[in-house]
Amino acid sequence: MITEQLFTLAWILVKILAILLPLVVVIAYTTFFERKVIGYMQVRIGPNRVGPRGFLQPWADVFKLLLKEIIVPSASNRFLFLLAPILALAPALAAWAVIPFDQQLVLANVNAGLLFLLAMTSLGVYGIVIAGWASNSKYAFLGALRSSAQIISYEIAMGIALIGVLMAAGSLNLTEIVMAQSGNLLSWYWLPLFPLFVVYWIAGVAETNRLPFDLAEGESEIVAGFHVEYAGGAFALFFLAEYANMILISVLTALLFFGGWLSPFQGIPVLEEAFAWVPGIAWLLLKSACFMFMYLWLRATFPRYRYDQVMRLGWKVFIPLTTFWIILVAVAVRLGVGPWF
Amino acid sequence: MLENYLPVLVFIALGLAFGLVPLFIGFVIAPHRPDSEKISPYECGFEPFEAARFKFDVRFYLVAILFIIFDLEVAFLFPWAVVLRDIPVLGIWAMVIFGLLLAIGFIYEWRKGALEWE
Repeated sequence: MITEQLFTLAWILVKILAILLPLVVVIAYTTFFERKVIGYMQVRIGPNRVGPRGFLQPWADVFKLLLKEIIVPSASNRFLFLLAPILALAPALAAWAVIPFDQQLVLANVNAGLLFLLAMTSLGVYGIVIAGWASNSKYAFLGALRSSAQIISYEIAMGIALIGVLMAAGSLNLTEIVMAQSGNLLSWYWLPLFPLFVVYWIAGVAETNRLPFDLAEGESEIVAGFHVEYAGGAFALFFLAEYANMILISVLTALLFFGGWLSPFQGIPVLEEAFAWVPGIAWLLLKSACFMFMYLWLRATFPRYRYDQVMRLGWKVFIPLTTFWIILVAVAVRLGVGPWF
Repeated sequence: MLENYLPVLVFIALGLAFGLVPLFIGFVIAPHRPDSEKISPYECGFEPFEAARFKFDVRFYLVAILFIIFDLEVAFLFPWAVVLRDIPVLGIWAMVIFGLLLAIGFIYEWRKGALEWE
């Protein structure tokens, strides 16, 4: 009996590591591709010294970060200062527990999947607030204030956008949400819920504190914001958390609005059979990669927003817009309008 | 049913443990040579002018309060949205009234300038 339970636990751990380790490698290479892609967009080459064409650059970065001294400022609250990066990272990783990579390929197929995701993405703000407060430094404090106000503002728009998806799919289970979109390219939710998709994606960029909404860590304003005092391994944790969240938002956008692992050629006579050999996870990763590229593209294209513009966009544009659209969706669902509802 | 949640719990625990690894490596392997300048709070090379626990704009506080109200609304709407197809008309009207109350509050705070940051 006990050995059986231990076996179950070990099997769960193996499955978790099968998600976690590729995720960390993807994060490492995302930082590399970010520098490469933005480099080429700015007519530079980007990192090209470590390994062939710079391909070993992420590993050099990892070892450098891990082997640097972790500085704990004298004025800081030591315990909270070291706790904050762990609190930032843990929810960013735990959210991956409910992500379905294919119809059967999911670690925990729970009914309240989307609710769990909303909870986990909300918890990330604690790491930022605690980091900014415990550092006892002015830049860190200001950065944490700005960052937390921004994150909670966009979380509302994000939550309302998710309600539209829930109405259309009638389920909180991520696998069922994807299956509800099957049909063809036009039955994915990006079309009936287009404004919600746009708001969800932009709010996702703002939630992860990425450009053009990165005024919580704007180098030219408040140096690095909440993690100005962090160095070495502790800084690496914040970095990991930020990129894990970026990839999570990309995967979620693909799952909720772009049919997840469903083939884009579904329902098209010849092409559907021609591409039937492609595994579902490949489509999901391909769709997510497009959104990851959008993150980098946005960063290379847009200048930073001003703080009042960010707050105005979140409260005065996104909340009324999403509310209006979910009322429309609710009416459409009740009346059974169109092929989607 | 509940055993579906066990992997989630294990994942959270592993996520917390995962965060300890770089800190552990940093404290064990990495050098540790603090001096008074290195560990003083960063302030662009100046001596800190004043304590970092200073007054901040009340609007940050206001945003947090408004957030609680609207996040609660979202939390109420979540289960309602899932069963939208099946609920009777009474359930629809209850949410319409609830939404109207929130909308009145939202318009009021907008007119009062609680959302102005200029």
